[in-house]
Amino acid sequence: MDILVLPRKDLIVFICFAVVVLAMPIWLTPFGAAYPGLMQKFVIFALFAVGYNILFGLTGYLSFGHAAFLGVGSYTAVWSFKLLTMDVLPALVLAVVLSGIFSLAIGYVSLRRSGIYFSILTLAFAQMCYNLAYSVLTPITNGETSLQLSRLDARVVDAAFGVVRGERLPSPSLFGVELGGHAGFYLCAVVLLVAFFVAQKVFNSPFGMMLKAIKSNQTRMSYTGFNTRPYALAAFVISGMYAGLAGGLLAVTDPLAGAERMQWTASGEVVLMTILGGVGTLIGPVIGAWLIKYLENIFSAFNDAMLHRTFSFLPDGLQDGVVAVASKFVGEGWHLTLGLVFMLVVIFLPGGIMEGARRIRMAFGQRSGSAPQTKPDPVPAE
Amino acid sequence: MDQRPNIVLHVDDVFKSFGGLHALSDIDLQVEEGKTHAIIGPNGAGKSTLLNVIIGRIPPSRGAVVFDGTILTGKKPHEINQLGVVRVFQTPEIFPDLSVLQNVMTPAFAKRDGAFRVALARPLERETGIRDEALHMLEDVGLVDRREVHAGALSRGDKRRLELAMCLIQKPRLLLLDEPTAGMSRHDTNTTIELLKKIKSRGMTKVIIEHDMHVVFSLADKISVLAGGRIIAEGLPSEVRGDPRVQEAYLGGEHA
Ligand SMILES: Nc1ncnc2c1ncn2[C@@H]1O[C@H](COP(=O)(O)OP(=O)(O)OP(=O)(O)O)[C@@H](O)[C@H]1O
Ligand SMILES: [Mg+2]
Repeated sequence: MDILVLPRKDLIVFICFAVVVLAMPIWLTPFGAAYPGLMQKFVIFALFAVGYNILFGLTGYLSFGHAAFLGVGSYTAVWSFKLLTMDVLPALVLAVVLSGIFSLAIGYVSLRRSGIYFSILTLAFAQMCYNLAYSVLTPITNGETSLQLSRLDARVVDAAFGVVRGERLPSPSLFGVELGGHAGFYLCAVVLLVAFFVAQKVFNSPFGMMLKAIKSNQTRMSYTGFNTRPYALAAFVISGMYAGLAGGLLAVTDPLAGAERMQWTASGEVVLMTILGGVGTLIGPVIGAWLIKYLENIFSAFNDAMLHRTFSFLPDGLQDGVVAVASKFVGEGWHLTLGLVFMLVVIFLPGGIMEGARRIRMAFGQRSGSAPQTKPDPVPAE
Repeated sequence: MDQRPNIVLHVDDVFKSFGGLHALSDIDLQVEEGKTHAIIGPNGAGKSTLLNVIIGRIPPSRGAVVFDGTILTGKKPHEINQLGVVRVFQTPEIFPDLSVLQNVMTPAFAKRDGAFRVALARPLERETGIRDEALHMLEDVGLVDRREVHAGALSRGDKRRLELAMCLIQKPRLLLLDEPTAGMSRHDTNTTIELLKKIKSRGMTKVIIEHDMHVVFSLADKISVLAGGRIIAEGLPSEVRGDPRVQEAYLGGEHA
């Protein structure tokens, strides 16, 4: 069947990717990052970025509001845990459906404009969602306290199946298997693999080529007989659903949803991940997501005491100075570091890490004969 | 039997002004099915503007365009394309980031699948029908060796040929060509003329704007001369060639 077919090259990529993801607990050990909480983050944000790239990488529409869909996914999943069942399947399905509906509405309006106006519209909508979550919608979102599980939740489906309320809060499960720790990670990993496969299908399909063509020359697209807006909207909704799925998974690994997930910094982060890794490539956004989450994990954990220890080899006066400066870049200030890294990449490596990898490969003379996914050779202006 | 010529394209009393500039005034044009209708005239005469009005890129200030009984004026570009009206632009409009082959496959999908379809299941590689068709087309315009190249890297003349291939693969009913051979070598110009002659025998209607009189006289069945936004002469090539007003407008325009 066509639907399960990938071209040979992509199949190899998929298999390698699957091995890398599933073996995370092994290869992350030397980095001290092989604990479930962090690995789940790696996988979930990779999923978010892969989906975001379907919009941004293929069509070129730069959305600054995708965290809204992440938030919608989280809230939906937690409500599903509260009202229906602790099983994650309905929670994830509902998260995808609801974020799809949201992105359809927001995309429909935002795509009436392009370029910077589109970006601003998406940003405005996302901030609106964020503010509503803190104000009018507090009955649904529980405002600043975040939406949480309670022992007294209805959980009608579970109740109908005769699940008895325990003394402690229930945790998410899949077909009765509780998803703590590594089980949670593996669930997320499998979801990522499926989502990655779908993204590969999109990239390889005629539909994906249309999206690239829209990015390349929208005028030609319309005079070629394509109605470009539904194409862009479809890409927008697909990427919104990926974001919702990621949000749902966040709730699965930790059944709690807060509005800060929808803030513009969260929307900006996925843009950074995609650009850092390599816009329009399949693997790039994944690497970008992993790198940012790893650095965040390291830098935000640093405190002054640790800095003093790190720089203890310096003479006292100098040491205080260095620590004072360095402390601005760690802990709460880790976004400063992120900003710096981002600037360096955009200036020196506009194609992101994937572009860097390609240049290195070229430098070693291993020119592969395959058609590059990156930019064509620059053409002199006529 | 009805012996009257079958007119597929009517341009009816069209005016277009940009601010105070009358780019087109009082334009009436009838194009007969299966024929090649050339529009010539000096720079700034309004030729491209006329094509823009026909294809829906700019709305006329007055008047309408009717193609085969359908009013084109007010329709969206993709709707006009789906009716079978296709255009080659004066500055080539291609997809610079796609490969040459993909450039030609894309319009074939528009023809097969319509204005919008989310085709996800079958990988591009397996679309052998469309792929073969596109390769065929590339062979016709002589770009088949460059099929894997990014279209943005082509020379200007090659971009023109590519755009022509992108238009021809849709088997349009009406093809609008805005200086299809400008910037081409003599040899490539002749190849293009041959190609356009070949599709003439397939019964496609063409409107062609051209400065190169060699091209015009080898292709046109009928010629309209545009100057200062008005049609100043119209007729068979032999008639137009000798018309003193045409020579004046042309020589006046070219050497002013
Ligand atoms: N969008 C526009 N806005 C304002 N003026 C325009 C616009 N398009 C064309 N014009 C003007 O209308 C006139 C006719 O332009 P047009 O491009 O149709 O000429 P043309 O006959 O195609 O000339 P050329 O042979 O140089 O291509 C010119 O004076 C041009 O400056
Ligand atoms: Mg012109």
